[in-house]
Amino acid sequence: MSVLYFPGCTLKDKASNFDASTVSSMAALGVELKELQRWNCCGTVFSMASDDLMQQLAPARTLLRAEQQGDGILLAPCSMCFNTLRRAQRMLLDEPEHMEKIRLFMSLEAELLQADVQVMHPLSYLRDQLGWQALRQGVTRPLQGLKLAAYYGCLLTRPLELGIDDTCDTSIFEELLSALGAEPVAFDEREACCGSYQTLTNKAVTLRRCQELLRSAAHGGAQALVTSCPLCAYNLDQMQREAVDEWPDLHGMPVFYFTELMALATGLGWDPDWTARHQVDPLPLLQAHGLA
Amino acid sequence: MATQDNMVTMVVMGEAFKVPEGSTIVTALEYAGFQLTTGVGCREGYCGACGTLFRESGDHRIKGGLACQTVVSDGMHLAQIPFVPGEKPVYDIRQLRPVIDSFRQLYPEIFRCLACNTCTKICPQELQVMDYVQSIIRGDLASAADLSFDCLRCGLCALRCPAEIVQYNAATLARRLYGRYLAPAAPGLDERVADVSSGLFDAEIDQLQGISGEQLSLTYYRREIRTR
Repeated sequence: MSVLYFPGCTLKDKASNFDASTVSSMAALGVELKELQRWNCCGTVFSMASDDLMQQLAPARTLLRAEQQGDGILLAPCSMCFNTLRRAQRMLLDEPEHMEKIRLFMSLEAELLQADVQVMHPLSYLRDQLGWQALRQGVTRPLQGLKLAAYYGCLLTRPLELGIDDTCDTSIFEELLSALGAEPVAFDEREACCGSYQTLTNKAVTLRRCQELLRSAAHGGAQALVTSCPLCAYNLDQMQREAVDEWPDLHGMPVFYFTELMALATGLGWDPDWTARHQVDPLPLLQAHGLA
Repeated sequence: MATQDNMVTMVVMGEAFKVPEGSTIVTALEYAGFQLTTGVGCREGYCGACGTLFRESGDHRIKGGLACQTVVSDGMHLAQIPFVPGEKPVYDIRQLRPVIDSFRQLYPEIFRCLACNTCTKICPQELQVMDYVQSIIRGDLASAADLSFDCLRCGLCALRCPAEIVQYNAATLARRLYGRYLAPAAPGLDERVADVSSGLFDAEIDQLQGISGEQLSLTYYRREIRTR
């Protein structure tokens, strides 16, 4: 089984652990990821300005390349890329005038944009294409005893009709963690915002969000947070030390990409290169559970 | 259409001139009486000094090309671009690392790329300009160096970019960083540098400096080209 893969810019740099673990863990489950050729930035944040179509060229071009190279599905593990591509695609399909303008702009480039590729998040792919049963069969080293808070953030579930699941009470992330042998905990803030790009201009907002999310996760007994978004990972992991400095009673915890946990559960082990991508050292927790 | 005497009409900044069919823009301009003191260089498509913008009869598109490589067509409107005043920060390559942050510091506008591909469409070298910009954005300097290798730095990409990126200068930085920090060391390079330093080639250089231009040209074109 092989599927077209859109890593996105951040996975090629600051979140290289997310890229590597996505490719290796999917391969361990029998899914070969073929990286989209000549891909460009997804557009980074869906532009809601209806009079600024230039911003839609990046996702439109990505969809076009996927149409040319794939077999109907484009896998996008980064929550931001997933959300941007899905929303841009919806806009192009819903607004024929916008679609026409984008096509005319790209008229010197051979193929005509259809925007009919299915942009999928790996969580949906694992549930709907591979199936939890097949995933369980690929688990050779269950994450027994790990209590994890599945953090959806904003981008995986919103807007509802384009989200990772079509219900407003999804459990897909928790289902994955259970299938890996871990214990998903109750986490009230699982779909709340991490502070997003406020981290650049108004850090106090992000620090407060970091604090509230960590408290919520700890309240449910979580030993670690799990995300699929590099921006959430930055705000919760890289900012965590500052949050703990400000609120000394705060219970700190590592932040994982869900694919790192998939790599552990499929017996690939912890890649030492991933440790440097984490601010809060995940090794003590993993070692305590015999996982590293 | 060409007239019976094999002449075509070229319109230079609004003024029409009859020039021989099949001429390059540079040749046609000189035929028409222009004395080119800037916006022209090697005349062989290598130096990138003669970037030009033109529009062909019956087409609304403004296209780009090298004036020494582009053949005039009947009814072509054109203007020479004498110089592109692109941003070119001064840096010490030894103080930089081959990472994205070097570009954030020196060419931050590169991250505004809209993936519109306008740069690629104008490039007279037919490079995948937008692709190398995107390679830089994701930190793949090896790919950026490779894709931009044949850039002549004519600057047409920067003139057309809606995101105001100076592609060719950013690509130069990418190639320098790649060359200094990432490219595999060339076998024998140190040895050859030592040969040069020891004066092994001094006699040949002295001899070349003493010959006439004509002889030099002959020597150049008869030189032995080694291939792998």
